[in-house]
Amino acid sequence: MTDIPVLGPIIQFFQFILDQLPFIADATVAAAIPVALAALCGVVSERSGVVNIGLEGIMLTAAFVAWITGVVAVALLGPGEPTAIFGITLPLLIALVAALLSGMILAALHAYLSISLRADQIISGVIINIAAVGLTGYLNTAIATSSPQGAGSFDSLNVPTQIADIPVIGWLINAIFDQGPIAIATIFIVIILQILLFRTKWGLRTRAVGEHPRAAETVGINVIRLRYRNVIASGALAALGGAYLTIELTTSFQANMTNGRGFIGLAAMIVGRWTPIGAFGAALLFFSADAFQRAVKFAAPDNTMGQFLESIPPQFYDSLPYLITIIILAGVVGRSVPPAADGQPYEREAAA
Amino acid sequence: MTDDKGTQPTVDATDKPTAEPAVAPTSSTSEAPEAPNRSLGSRLRSIGNQVWSAVALPLLAIVLALIVGGIVIILTSALKPGASIDLTLPFKAYSALWDGSLGSPNGRVSTLVQAAPLMLTGLGIGLAFKAGLFNIGGEGQFYLGATAAIAVGVALEGTGSLVAITGAVIAAMIAGGAWGFIPGALKAFSGAHEVVTTIMLNFIAKFLMVYLIAGPLKLPLSPQPVTAPVNDAALPILFGRDGHLGILIAFAAVPIFWFLLNKMTLGFEIRAVGANPDAARYAGMKPRRLIILTMSIAGLMAGLAGGLNVLGINHQMPASFSTTVGFTAITVALLGRSNPIGIMFAALLFGALSAGALNMQTVAGVPRELIALLQAVILLFLVMAPVLRRVFRLRGVKGGLGTTDTMSRTYGAEAIK
Repeated sequence: MTDIPVLGPIIQFFQFILDQLPFIADATVAAAIPVALAALCGVVSERSGVVNIGLEGIMLTAAFVAWITGVVAVALLGPGEPTAIFGITLPLLIALVAALLSGMILAALHAYLSISLRADQIISGVIINIAAVGLTGYLNTAIATSSPQGAGSFDSLNVPTQIADIPVIGWLINAIFDQGPIAIATIFIVIILQILLFRTKWGLRTRAVGEHPRAAETVGINVIRLRYRNVIASGALAALGGAYLTIELTTSFQANMTNGRGFIGLAAMIVGRWTPIGAFGAALLFFSADAFQRAVKFAAPDNTMGQFLESIPPQFYDSLPYLITIIILAGVVGRSVPPAADGQPYEREAAA
Repeated sequence: MTDDKGTQPTVDATDKPTAEPAVAPTSSTSEAPEAPNRSLGSRLRSIGNQVWSAVALPLLAIVLALIVGGIVIILTSALKPGASIDLTLPFKAYSALWDGSLGSPNGRVSTLVQAAPLMLTGLGIGLAFKAGLFNIGGEGQFYLGATAAIAVGVALEGTGSLVAITGAVIAAMIAGGAWGFIPGALKAFSGAHEVVTTIMLNFIAKFLMVYLIAGPLKLPLSPQPVTAPVNDAALPILFGRDGHLGILIAFAAVPIFWFLLNKMTLGFEIRAVGANPDAARYAGMKPRRLIILTMSIAGLMAGLAGGLNVLGINHQMPASFSTTVGFTAITVALLGRSNPIGIMFAALLFGALSAGALNMQTVAGVPRELIALLQAVILLFLVMAPVLRRVFRLRGVKGGLGTTDTMSRTYGAEAIK
């Protein structure tokens, strides 16, 4: 097989992918979850007409809050008995709730600046990002010297290995269910949001407000209140993504942990045409490269294709999500249309 | 001289006109109708009023931010194991900050050293703002400018200072300019919003830098990935312990940018495109060309800053090289309201904060990330200008960020034809 000049390695390449599909799919989903949640935050917010660049800062803050609340909860309540499925403990739950609250508070700030003060929404988002980096970095440095005990993390569901071997769809089932609770919840949230946005009254009102708030107001929709509610709710979504980083994927906080995931989420939202399912798909696409790199590192086959893959510098793989983002952004954005009133502050007419 | 377009119409409409005609918020030039014998006192007063109305809000934001920072310091002073709430810590921290920045000769030089890259990058970002573009890519452009400077500096080793420095600096500018060109071209031709593309390019630039330093540029026999040191290309020290040539270049850039923006056709076109791209196109300007040019200049300045920094301070680059200049420069540009003079002062302020931060951490034990927090709070107060104006009853004070009219605040391609 390897003797066939060009075709040989290509066939090996696909063989390698098929071989590793369960692993790659699984790892892709795990890595894409925070970005997907950030993208969902963006979708909800921007469909209502408010640009939210600050979701990176919200994620980072939520990640930190989740970790630190876990630390405090463990210190006060003890580590707790993990449940059999998902390994849930009380400190972890408290950490999760605290993270969600922190995200909603930051989102409320952004909403206040953007909606009530009518400030430039991009600047408002940048402020939140800088504040998040500063605050979490500051607190992290202040606390880091004591290396406190964290609350651990949620476990993933124990999927029996035979499931992965089911032909054709085994890898898919494995990828979806061999994850922790937040990840699995996210997959459901994506579907639910899609339905909510396009099949319910709330969704219709939201989209109306994002396309033509003036017209929506004349029909009696309270544009300001709807925008506030949606932005704050979207903050919870981004916060979920941040919490995932410190209480499901890993067990502690590193400075600047989010590393641009929020912005990749924005790109995923654009590529996904401002729909939840599209955004999720885009997030998966962006992180397939990351999973692929790890498959290469751990299980590269011993043939010419494997050697070629191993010789590619790791920084190239690291930069792939960002590179793909740019390429798709440049190619797609002309055809991917945002909500018409996205980013424009809304002024109420003379109050009735 | 153009006034900032940041005043929010809704707020100014409710401001009562002040007694002094020279302070009316909507008057941009200073020609108050003058009686033939205006006294020196009254003339000075009107200048004073204008200066006050321009700096009042930024000053207020800074003071408030310091207070908030002080509160944060007090609240977190108990976090270190074995410590307790320390009410005097903010004063110790801020006095250490002062000592490290403006209170000592070394500190003053350090302030200038830290301010120089902020000034250069800030000027570029401010120019981009005038065109309605948001260049967040300063970080990546800085990295690549620094890498190019070192690479060429090492290559030109042995050719004497003049050639080596010139070559390295030009390389830095080209590298930064290229990294600004990319998002500019993407925006102009495909409408891809520069906020996202520049942030992506930041990451790619970082990986590129790491790859180059760990690979082709690596100093052989060195255990850590680091480049070779530059000798000929190292910038001469002009004053103090580390006041290098880059400082002069930074200060020289300020009048150049002022001239470009206010006296040159290009500057006028940039401002026109920023104010109303459709009108500009109707008048015969080419928005696409201007977008690309502006982003390239912004990238060039950031690359220049990176090159000068690494040639003047470190003389060598490890793979772990990192900087916050890219993001701090955004705050500098916003605080200076995209005006070259304002940017100069804002850069000096943040240079002082940077220079003093290390001292603050060493002497008072307050983590230097507080500076980032102060930045964010300053910006926050600037954005909340209407609220501040009401709370502190400031009349006729210009300022706040208003809407910087980032061209196509949405992501659509309709803005560019």
